Amino acid sequence: MSRVDAPAAPARSPARADHRASPSVVDRASADVAIPGEPQVPPAGTGIASAASATAGPLGRHLLSAGDLNRSAAVELLDTAEQLDRALAGREVKKLPTLRGRTVVNLFYEDSTRTRTSFELAAKRLSADVVTFSAKGSSVSKGESLKDTALTLEAMGADAVVVRHSYSGAAVRLTNWVRGSVVNAGDGTHEHPTQALLDAFTIRRRLRAGQGNLDGLRVTIVGDVLHSRVARSNALLLTTLGAEVHFVAPPTLLPAGIETWPVTVGYDLDAALPDADVVMMLRVQHERMSGGFFPSAREYSRRYGLDARRVGLLPEPAIVMHPGPMNRGMEIAAEVADDPHRSTIVEQVSNGVSVRMAVLYLLLGGADL
Amino acid sequence: MSVLITGARPYGEDAVDVLIEDGRIAALTPAAGGNDRPEADEVIDGAGLVLLPGLVDLHVHLREPGREDAETVATGSAAAALGGFTAVFAMPNTDPAADTAGVVEQVWRLGRETGLVDVQPIGAVTVGREGTRLAELGAMADSAAHVRVFSDDGFCVADPALMRRALEYVKAFDGVIAQHAEEPRLTVGAQLNEGAVSGRLGLTGWPGVAEEAIIARDVLLAGHVGSRLHVCHVSTAGSVDILRAAKAAGLPVTAEVTPHHLLLTDDLAESYDPVFKVNPPLRTAADVAALRAGLAEGVLDCVATDHAPHAAEDKETEWAVALPGMLGLQTALSVVIETMVRSGSLDWRGVAERMSGAPARIGGLSGHGRPIAVGEPANLVVVDPSAEWMVEPSRLASRSRNTPFAGRRLPGVVVATLLRGTITARNGQVGPGFGPLATSAVAKSPEVGAGAVALR
Repeated sequence: MSRVDAPAAPARSPARADHRASPSVVDRASADVAIPGEPQVPPAGTGIASAASATAGPLGRHLLSAGDLNRSAAVELLDTAEQLDRALAGREVKKLPTLRGRTVVNLFYEDSTRTRTSFELAAKRLSADVVTFSAKGSSVSKGESLKDTALTLEAMGADAVVVRHSYSGAAVRLTNWVRGSVVNAGDGTHEHPTQALLDAFTIRRRLRAGQGNLDGLRVTIVGDVLHSRVARSNALLLTTLGAEVHFVAPPTLLPAGIETWPVTVGYDLDAALPDADVVMMLRVQHERMSGGFFPSAREYSRRYGLDARRVGLLPEPAIVMHPGPMNRGMEIAAEVADDPHRSTIVEQVSNGVSVRMAVLYLLLGGADL
Repeated sequence: MSVLITGARPYGEDAVDVLIEDGRIAALTPAAGGNDRPEADEVIDGAGLVLLPGLVDLHVHLREPGREDAETVATGSAAAALGGFTAVFAMPNTDPAADTAGVVEQVWRLGRETGLVDVQPIGAVTVGREGTRLAELGAMADSAAHVRVFSDDGFCVADPALMRRALEYVKAFDGVIAQHAEEPRLTVGAQLNEGAVSGRLGLTGWPGVAEEAIIARDVLLAGHVGSRLHVCHVSTAGSVDILRAAKAAGLPVTAEVTPHHLLLTDDLAESYDPVFKVNPPLRTAADVAALRAGLAEGVLDCVATDHAPHAAEDKETEWAVALPGMLGLQTALSVVIETMVRSGSLDWRGVAERMSGAPARIGGLSGHGRPIAVGEPANLVVVDPSAEWMVEPSRLASRSRNTPFAGRRLPGVVVATLLRGTITARNGQVGPGFGPLATSAVAKSPEVGAGAVALR
């Protein structure tokens, strides 16, 4: 897949921030970490103007696809998340001042308690001002177009817009209409790059002591790949980081052109488990269960569900992941989901806040910690 | 009123002087020097230019009645004249649908009042284009609009029994059913060609087999009942293969291909810019190659634009909610020159056949698509084949801006278009003396086509 083979290297600022004394440096919880980022510290409250300057750094201006990240940018982002995590650890007040005066708008056209809350917490822990527009109860539910909503946010001076939308490509479209950074928090059946980042972060912590890349790890992703933005983003990011990605799904739930992806594909879950380091179960949406993609929930569960017997086929250190929300008893058995040894499902949620902090920090060029 | 075109090359062949009188070609003589030329009211210097029969487009959407904010018969006619067309067939997906004699006569009359091209309405096959029962096809055929082509374009006549009856019924007045070949059960929610790009972009796929299955069914039905079938906007290599086999078997089928399917591919959707959303969708490079080969070979009989104007608010949206369709009238000839003439796949006689002769015959327009010969109606287009122009959406005559060719340099500039001896377009301007509708259409874009002229 060309987007993995040749990702556009984000423009790097010639003057790196690593050794810069920032006027807004405050008591650093972890003095030995230097957070790389945008060298310029924009004055607080400059709104659009400051966002427009946030074009350098490992992420470029937006985070739309996991394919936007090359290997060094991905590693740098994960490292930044670790550093932010450590900087916050043990603090009485879980807040860093680094995005003080910057405005982050969460624009959520789909209900998503998990992702919305995670982005809100991430922005707040960096001291940004956060506004959340949910489709329900705002003008977006009254038929206002995405473009008009974008122009409204633009007029209000959003430095970053975090968008969740039920249509593929909505985040890409939004970049045409706002000057601030756009973060794709899930667009239709296309991508969910911060989910892939938190998954990579979780894998790295569990299996690589929180350092480096994922070279040589084998990640088996199971389920509705066709409709999964999580699967798309993970295929891109995890292979960029060096992992081998293997999809297991019923043939009806694999996208056209899957042979052009940098992954291997199989239909037999039992056969895939013995050499998996990570098994990631995808949620089966309720509307797919009646969509004729497979005969019944029971048959799906029998062929593609992860139960205790199948977990027994995994090698010893292997972990079990799920992006949530889970259909317990469908794609994953309750005892597997709750297995403290294998399951990372709860960690994934807390790690989500860390990687989203890193994304906002690097996009908006936050001040040093 | 007489017009003299000096030194132009019919079909790109030897230069001639063409004298036009009373709407017909009065004389064709080898190009002569200054004083030996006949006198005429108007002279068009055709030196170095190619002369073709006026182009005929079997497939346009003029949006009137119903969506006059996107296009009108007048603005669409202006775009057609500027693109070298002398006749266009207007699809019936208007509001109300053109499924009665009254609506087709309204469209036909609006075309006559504008006078820039012959606007020939296409009638809906089924009432409201709903695919459940036949519209009054005979009444439309007998109306002043003299409808001979029927289509539910935008929708497929999917019910095989209804399609069979439609094919049979129009035999009574030598009609033809123009099918939008799309099996609806295979394209629920479809957004883009089903393939690597749709899979990657997370857009619901529109599989080529949904087109091919209907074409295969319909050529068999047409053969079974002995009626004429025309296939709209063929878009896949597989469809070309089926049509080739059908024609080899002697089945009564004709087919069209759009300029955009001859040039553009599905990877343009990577931008998620709905200006590239169209139905049927853009396909792969392999399909493009097969379509070009099919057009050169004659398996695809003609080029038709599927000119589909859309208002900005219907395109400046998320991909999934945008309306499908692209402008085509002012870029069609240039795209055919780019894809077919420059590659040597078609010569100018081939262009004349595919863009004028064949569509006029398929649609039953006896006054169009005629050879360039003495006594024939003077429906002509004068083209500068070597000039290039930059497509600028704001300079097109259409009320809408949704051209997928924006910013592209294309070869071939229309220097003049003549409809029965009247100059309808010249040097990027609609001809003088047209009615208030056309005038207002042009007044909206005073620099219509000026970009083309400037680059000559």
